[in-house]
Amino acid sequence: MSLSLDATTDGRAEKALPFFSKLAHAGVGDWLFRKLTAFFAFLILFLACLTAFTLWKASVPSIHKMGWSFLTSSDWDPVQEIFGSVPFVYGTLVSSFLALLIATPFGLGISLFLTELAPMKMREPVAFMVETLAAIPSVVYGLWGIFLLAPFMRVHVDPILIKTGLPIFKGPSTGLSLFTAGVILSIMILPTITAISREVFEAVPNAYRESAKALGATNWETIQLAVMKPSKVGILGAVMLALGRALGETMTVTMVIGNTPQVTTNLLAAGHSMASVIANEFSEAVGDIHVAALAEIGLLLMVITLILNVAAHLLVWLTTSKFQR
Amino acid sequence: MVNYQTYRRWTDRTMVFLCGTAAFLAGIPLVSLLLYVLVQGFRRLDWTFLTSLPTPVGVSGGGMANAILGTITLVLIASCVGLPIGIFAGIYLSEYGKKNRFAWMVRFTADVLSGVPSIVTGIVAYTLIVKPMHNFSALAGGVALGFMMIPITTRTTEELVKMVPHSIREASWALGISQWRTILSIVVRTAKNGILTGVLLSIARIAGETAPLLFTAFNNQFWPKGINEPTASLTVQVFTYAISPFKDWQDQAWTGALVLLLLVLSINLSAKFFFKNSRSLLR
Repeated sequence: MSLSLDATTDGRAEKALPFFSKLAHAGVGDWLFRKLTAFFAFLILFLACLTAFTLWKASVPSIHKMGWSFLTSSDWDPVQEIFGSVPFVYGTLVSSFLALLIATPFGLGISLFLTELAPMKMREPVAFMVETLAAIPSVVYGLWGIFLLAPFMRVHVDPILIKTGLPIFKGPSTGLSLFTAGVILSIMILPTITAISREVFEAVPNAYRESAKALGATNWETIQLAVMKPSKVGILGAVMLALGRALGETMTVTMVIGNTPQVTTNLLAAGHSMASVIANEFSEAVGDIHVAALAEIGLLLMVITLILNVAAHLLVWLTTSKFQR
Repeated sequence: MVNYQTYRRWTDRTMVFLCGTAAFLAGIPLVSLLLYVLVQGFRRLDWTFLTSLPTPVGVSGGGMANAILGTITLVLIASCVGLPIGIFAGIYLSEYGKKNRFAWMVRFTADVLSGVPSIVTGIVAYTLIVKPMHNFSALAGGVALGFMMIPITTRTTEELVKMVPHSIREASWALGISQWRTILSIVVRTAKNGILTGVLLSIARIAGETAPLLFTAFNNQFWPKGINEPTASLTVQVFTYAISPFKDWQDQAWTGALVLLLLVLSINLSAKFFFKNSRSLLR
């Protein structure tokens, strides 16, 4: 049995005592320290409310002026003060989903390799490599994207894609495109998918794997039946968290997406994203409405990532705590 | 039947091979990026670059000394804002927040806050500080970065303080030491290296941030006169030079990226070192 002081300070009998003798009993220091740390914890809740409220307040002029057409219009004209968010939302969604499409199989493959397959000696270096990918600042990715990845895509990858004749790949390409943005984002969210799905896979009890092996399953069948199947929900959570990362990524996308507000099904054309339009225009916005419209895009971005994050964290918690019981 | 067995064996081999290949392929962009930054950045890396101010286009020489100083200033301001809140909230969650609804809410909010895009934090800092004060400032940039630090530090501190075995607390209580003294002088002391790991990781994370600084700290070609002035930072300077059409500036962007990368990776590595130390202490 563990001795817990909480039992004496929170006990029911204590509530009957008057305030000051309660203090004397529990010790003023204990009471103060607990309240002090609780206050700092409360500040986190306050910060969340402050963020939401400030954004909303900053975007009020635009909400009043544009109303719902902000969400449905694809005109963005700061001079005429007409603002519609469609091209930016479109660019953000397309580049992020493209990134997910590429990064999910790779991320799951790597985390399966790390938790199930790799020899012990290889696990640490591979994990270190993925962590290093996560540590590189986004502006450095952007620099690499402009001068290395974009020319590489233009010369080597895009011509092959154009040759396939698919309507989503139409030339000529400049290298600065939705597609390049998706590729570079996939590299950046790879560590997120890998780290979280690894956490989920590691939470699967070994008894599951042993049972599958005992029935004669091969390595891959064990992974399918005993590892992937029970952690389905957690994998979904990992993918959603990575999507949240991709949606909010600013600098890298700004540097390779081409910054042209248009809605096109051609992935090799330039696009724009919610975060990049804020980065490009906020500091030199021409009027109050322009600033408010950019803030409203920020608000929209926050609402989307908020919903994603809440759902994703719940899913990851559900899976990992299921195994712990 | 035999066919099915071969099918199973070959599926197994192919999938295992593909998982390994995925790990190998992920190394390619990493190696390419690190090598390219190293090679391109090294050409301009010298004493002048680290100690002189930026020069106008066409004037040779010039460096990023003010940007390096600016990044350090911003990190310091951010630490003043973010660390006390993060560390104390982390201690609360670990020591008092086992089964309590308030702590659950705080934990969840911290997780969700760490997913808020950094550019959004920038807008918040702009509205709260830049707008009322009518100018861009290091203070606003530092506060934006500080906001980002809070959730990261909170969660890592919580995790690492939790790793201190319960028996150590019990031993301290048995000696008649009050709970708060136990937490501060025994538990936190034991977890010291762990907390330092969390602090270093969050510093490494914010030192590489660009987006929230674009319209809070802005940029400056000269030495800053105080924290109420617009301030250059390595990240914003690299961005500005990277998208400029001038060859000389682009070269400097690479060197700036190299300095930034060395800074961030070395902070990360030292965090790892402290973490290893902290684990051996706890065992």
